[in-house]
Amino acid sequence: MAAPFELTDDSVVVIIGTGAGGGVLANELAQKGVSVVALEAGGRYLPDDYINDEWESFGQLAWTDTRTTSGDWRVAKDFSNLPAWIVKAVGGTTTHWAGASIRFQPHEWKAKTTYGEVEGANLLDWPIDDQEMAPFYDRAESKLGVTRTHGIPGLPGSNNFKVFEAGAKEIGYKEVHTGRMAINSQERDGRMACQQTGFCFQGCKWGAKWSAAYTDIPAGEATGNLEVREKAHVARILHDDSGKVTGVEYFDDAGNLQMQRARVVCVAGNSFESPRLLLNSHSSMFPDGLANSSGMVGKNYMRHLTGSVYGIFEKPVHMYRGTTMAGIVQDEARHDPSRGFVGGYELETLSLGLPFMAAFLDPGAWGREFTTALDSYENMAGMWIVGEDMPQESNRVTLSDVEDKFGLKVANVHYSDHANDKTMREHAYKQGAAIYNAVGATRTLPTPPYPSTHNLGTNRMSERPEDGVVNRNGRAHDVPNLYVSDGSQFTTGAAENPTLTIVALAIRQAEHIASEMQSGAL
Amino acid sequence: MIETLSLKTLTRRQLLSRGVAAGAGLVVGAGFVAGRDAAWATEMDAMKPESFATLVQMARDIYPHDKVGDRFYAAAVKGYDVPEEVDFAQEGLEMLDEAARAAGFDSYLAAGWEADRVAILRGIEDTEFFQRVRGGLVTGLYNQKEVWPIFGYEGESYSQGGYLYRGFDDITWI
Repeated sequence: MAAPFELTDDSVVVIIGTGAGGGVLANELAQKGVSVVALEAGGRYLPDDYINDEWESFGQLAWTDTRTTSGDWRVAKDFSNLPAWIVKAVGGTTTHWAGASIRFQPHEWKAKTTYGEVEGANLLDWPIDDQEMAPFYDRAESKLGVTRTHGIPGLPGSNNFKVFEAGAKEIGYKEVHTGRMAINSQERDGRMACQQTGFCFQGCKWGAKWSAAYTDIPAGEATGNLEVREKAHVARILHDDSGKVTGVEYFDDAGNLQMQRARVVCVAGNSFESPRLLLNSHSSMFPDGLANSSGMVGKNYMRHLTGSVYGIFEKPVHMYRGTTMAGIVQDEARHDPSRGFVGGYELETLSLGLPFMAAFLDPGAWGREFTTALDSYENMAGMWIVGEDMPQESNRVTLSDVEDKFGLKVANVHYSDHANDKTMREHAYKQGAAIYNAVGATRTLPTPPYPSTHNLGTNRMSERPEDGVVNRNGRAHDVPNLYVSDGSQFTTGAAENPTLTIVALAIRQAEHIASEMQSGAL
Repeated sequence: MIETLSLKTLTRRQLLSRGVAAGAGLVVGAGFVAGRDAAWATEMDAMKPESFATLVQMARDIYPHDKVGDRFYAAAVKGYDVPEEVDFAQEGLEMLDEAARAAGFDSYLAAGWEADRVAILRGIEDTEFFQRVRGGLVTGLYNQKEVWPIFGYEGESYSQGGYLYRGFDDITWI
């Protein structure tokens, strides 16, 4: 049951965004008896509503509000108003994510110490480490029902995986399996097992994949301590003369400006909207934006280096049948500078349906070089590269001159590859092609990065206030009752899909906030 | 949209007798464009039939798939045959014919070989006209459910219970 809280109730924790960070935090706090109002810009869609059709589903779920782009990344040219493929809905991008749930490697919490000085990069160690995160990873894996953890069996291998696995083993890779996936391999937690439907990105109609939309959100609402307000677009965060935040202004479904008072505000709107909101919340006291005395709000945007490799074979693969991302090679995830770059990358199976393959294989391309590849769609296998990209101050979210329908400045996303990113991507393209060539590919195709789903680092966590926006608990260095609860708090990106880490951080942050509230420190 | 013999009152023979061959597989008549085999036809609402035939050929030359019939390309560009779009399209197609004449052909359609037409298209690929037509085709062509089987894509699978029992792991050659 939703628990309606009064706009004037200043005892509530207001959470902005209900994805992997905000949705989990909302439930975890509600379970502890904390009153929570979660403001979600999107509407509510559940498994019955999801659509097995790429473009139709995109129209239903994707965040398509205008953003602007700059920098030399190809996305700025091919998808200039769509830098990200993320979701605007209750549950956020956990409706769309593919379910890959892997922990950071221990050294990745200490990128600066491990990699040393990298010219042009703005590396920093996280103020937390592997040991401190281990119990929260345990809880996150258990919550999400991650396969190959806690005794949960792995998913069966699809056709796309079998090609990937055979090629990977042929060239000597050892760490090859169907992944640690937040997709049920057997019935669990009242949700059924994966039916190999193949539309993981479009929302799982069986509910076999974990999504906050139908797990944490309703669980939180059932406590009576969580109210989710849908289609509530937050405009700015307000503060008092002492510099503490006091509430949040938002436009409701009808377009009317509302103000919700708050004891604590947690920002979890993804790495574009979270810094945009802090920057748009500037005031005479904070002229450069809220929590921005370091000047770091919006900076060090990371997106994983990404890229895909598709292989074409003599005979059919039908890569689109089955779980989209249940397949991984982890051998290249290590840090081994002898390869010519710092950090590492994961290779993961991936497939797109024909409509998205046409849109993303080589955006802007035409003619037979392009169409003969699509002619072999049935015989294609695919993989995705997820590698650590370097944080750079110049890669950043700023306020654009363009305004949205509420008159709020939209986010401009600037990104250019670091030399390390380019070297790593070339290495990954080569290894990906080698995997497919080893099992008889007649053609391999490198595909440029898609609009980003792993958006990280624009409100980064730092030990020292001058190096970042939030501290080890995701609490703003400048504002004691303001938190960041999404992937924007990432200090560095590591090589792993970020959702599990976002969830683990949210569970940890809920403990911290509840304890601070209890002790009267909040 | 594109109908099978939408000019229903006509037999194939009558239909073909009312038009002239244009481009690879097209027949242009008064107010209509049809497939050379007359298996489909579409009536023009706003665009000149010759212009539409040129546009269909252009669409095929941009994304040539030999197993995909002209009717799918026609459907993909039929959206320009409306009052709001027709001027934009016809002006662009005139520019295309102009480029063809500069290359020594009577018109774009008169360039009989794909290689010649592609060379003409390369010359105009940075124009707004070309880019809008190309961009529109990405969804206009590849998002037609009817073309998916030609590529071996099966589309929606939930209503059939996914692929758990329908071949998600049926590969035998690996």
